[in-house]
Amino acid sequence: MPKLSAIITLATSLILGIGGVWIAYNVDMLPVSASMNAPVYDELYRVLFIIGSILFIGMTALVIYSLVHFRRKPGETGDGIDLEGNISLEIFWTAIPAIVVLFVGLYSYDIYDRMGGMQPLMHDHTSHIESQSERIWGGIGSGPIETSSPNNSSSLPIELTAMQFAFIFHYPKGDIVSGELHVPVGKEISLKMESKDVIHAFWVPQFRLKQDVIPGQPTILNFTPTKTGNFPIVCAELCGPYHGGMRSNVIVDEQEDFDTWLKENTKETI
Amino acid sequence: MTLSLKPNDSPPEKLQPTGWLKYLSFSLDHKVIGLQYLVCGFLFYLIGGSLAGAIRVELTSPLSDFMPREVYNQVLTLHGTIMIFLWIVPVVNGAFGNYLIPFYVGARDMAFPRLNAVAFWLIPPSGLMLITSYFINGAAQSGWTAYPPLSITTPAAGQIIWILSVLLLGGSSIFGGINFIATILKLRRPGLRLMQLPMYCWAMLGTSILVVLSTPVLAGTLILLSFDIVAHTGFFNPSLGGNVIVYQHLFWFYSHPAVYIMVLPAFGLVSEILPIHSRKPLFGYTTMVFSIMGIVVLGLVVWAHHMFTSGTPPWMRLFFTIATAFIAVPTGIKFFNWVATLWGGKISLNGAMLFSCGFIINFVLGGITGVALAQVPFDVHVHDTYFVVAHFHYIVYGGSVFVIFSSIYHWFPKFTGKMLNENLGRFHFIITFIGFNLCFAPQHWLGLNGMPRRVAEYDPQFQLINQISSVGALLMALSTLPFLWNIFQSILYGDDAGNNPWDALTPEWLTSSPPPVENWEGDAPLVVEPYGYGEKHSIETEAQKK
Ligand code: HEM
Ligand SMILES: [Cu+2]
Ligand SMILES: [Cu+2]
Repeated sequence: MPKLSAIITLATSLILGIGGVWIAYNVDMLPVSASMNAPVYDELYRVLFIIGSILFIGMTALVIYSLVHFRRKPGETGDGIDLEGNISLEIFWTAIPAIVVLFVGLYSYDIYDRMGGMQPLMHDHTSHIESQSERIWGGIGSGPIETSSPNNSSSLPIELTAMQFAFIFHYPKGDIVSGELHVPVGKEISLKMESKDVIHAFWVPQFRLKQDVIPGQPTILNFTPTKTGNFPIVCAELCGPYHGGMRSNVIVDEQEDFDTWLKENTKETI
Repeated sequence: MTLSLKPNDSPPEKLQPTGWLKYLSFSLDHKVIGLQYLVCGFLFYLIGGSLAGAIRVELTSPLSDFMPREVYNQVLTLHGTIMIFLWIVPVVNGAFGNYLIPFYVGARDMAFPRLNAVAFWLIPPSGLMLITSYFINGAAQSGWTAYPPLSITTPAAGQIIWILSVLLLGGSSIFGGINFIATILKLRRPGLRLMQLPMYCWAMLGTSILVVLSTPVLAGTLILLSFDIVAHTGFFNPSLGGNVIVYQHLFWFYSHPAVYIMVLPAFGLVSEILPIHSRKPLFGYTTMVFSIMGIVVLGLVVWAHHMFTSGTPPWMRLFFTIATAFIAVPTGIKFFNWVATLWGGKISLNGAMLFSCGFIINFVLGGITGVALAQVPFDVHVHDTYFVVAHFHYIVYGGSVFVIFSSIYHWFPKFTGKMLNENLGRFHFIITFIGFNLCFAPQHWLGLNGMPRRVAEYDPQFQLINQISSVGALLMALSTLPFLWNIFQSILYGDDAGNNPWDALTPEWLTSSPPPVENWEGDAPLVVEPYGYGEKHSIETEAQKK
């Protein structure tokens, strides 16, 4: 008897595992990935999805199995078995979530690190910092470590001012003001953001990045677009009646096209 | 004069009207107060539900065309506030807590009966005030989180009324919390030890500790916010040198524990219901107690997981990720223990059982998305999107509300002495379960693909999924009809329940239905084995066979 149940348990776990992996790889639930940290994000998503679906399907199956198998048949009387607990079982299922959570935590720390979350914030943003004492909170996503190596450190600084209900981008280089964000593909962008009125949030779903834009508290978000195209910028913090309409676009161009745009729009200065 | 009881004291007879009028009176009877909480909460649930319906109608089209945008935000704010502060918190704590805790500890009433009545009677006026603010000058429109500076810059009248009413409701909750702690620790019948209490007592003890520790922080925060609004102080107003992030820390210091205030009592209720309807002891009593206390401790140190995208330094993100994810350990233990409670039972597939099992399934999904959201790199994409909306509805509706229904099916015979119609109960469950999942499961996809929350208009590519979600909401609304019909039908014409229709062992069943004012005629029963179900010899006979 114990042998048979062990085989059944093993077989179901196997099926659940394969099912979870299959769903994760075949059911596409994310928009296109268009920034350097998006593929990293998608990897994390996939792993979480696999673990999650195994746990969910497993628990649901256990509940439904119990309800069907141990249901009171018509005319049946009496109680179930007298089982008040089982120390080794309880230790076992303290261990399951503990191990899962530990694994997920370590793994997501690694992902966080690869997205640049643990980098010291101010190392190459000196151009942004008016005074040494100014405090800036960093968004996640200064890009993978490699891109911020010295030979590549020339990130493009852009300033974002958010207000009810618009995003305004300012390019220090060329003194351009734009309602849409134009960026060259493959280059690290460093957005310094501040709000004029209430809290807003800058979110580009295709970049898998979001950072609140806060009044009185500048924030920084670094990212490197990897795909040319037109992607939505969405305000993701309730900011008033037109919050749902507070959207813009990020236009990712080839470097030459971006340079042309920059040149065409640069303010003529004497 | 204050009134407090000692073990074995009887509640004063005066001030206790009889007949149905007692439910509208300042009754001191814990059973009356419990039912007052339940019915009052349910009425607010119907109002909050209608508001949810309005939201789902607006979202059937990508344009803001059903109601003005300001009104949409007011509806959204009222919906959240009503569901949390006037439905789930008062019902899982106030209603079932007041009704059951004195029975479970073997007392004849709560420790402070008059405080108890005051706590309840704070609720209807604050709720009405909140709702009428809509008709005066527009209700609050900054969401249930009321983040400044938005809450400072939107019309002041509605926001101030919102603050006042949440303060009163918070006060009610604190009074309740103190009363539960005192009752559980001080009114226990002689001879009854802590580790012999039914699990709901432990859940209410843990919850009340959270209430008493964290609600005052919310109160202080909202008072400062109201100063910013009416007196133009600058605590949270950046243009006057204030800091908006501090508000978020203070708010979530209460509001994360608040989610456990909504769900720990539900854990307790499920632990009462499952053993009775599967005729088995509760599996792992001791680990259940420790995991409740673990959740209480961890629940106090995870609040900043709501702030991963706001002004939060990296070390803080890491700390709160780890602390949050670890809540899954004590929570996971409880779920495995519940499934083990079902295992080998003789399960009755009635309304109470089905809603409890629906709760297990829904909550497991909500917990899994919760652990995912706790991971900073995952959260920065889906924070403040429909993914989060899906997560917390799996917890608060799929969890707490399913448990409330389960509990009503379970304790209705005790409340009224009448049986509910179980076939209608099963039908109610099926419609609710399908409607709920149809409404909220697709919202995970919406969030992942780019739909932010709290919007009245959205990218047209999301229309179909939003419509599916709205159909689910319609089913959920319809599912209340068989439930209400069942309640009224059964109160009027239901079969007689007898004292103990479920053959249960906990003390509330060891008296008449409905129970007398004194709870028991004669001494309170001493129940030291509240989960002593199960046939001892059934294992022995199997062992003998081998
Ligand atoms: C396994 C346990 C849980 C974990 C790990 C967890 C984690 C989280 C996280 C990280 C967030 C923030 C998401 C974001 O805004 O980006 C969140 C939001 C939320 N959670 Fe949970 N959660 C858990 C259980 C619960 C429970 C038990 C409840 C309520 C009974 C709950 C209710 C909520 C609510 C209401 C929100 C949204 C708050 C808002 O922004 O309005 N969660 N949860
Ligand atoms: Cu905005
Ligand atoms: Cu939380």
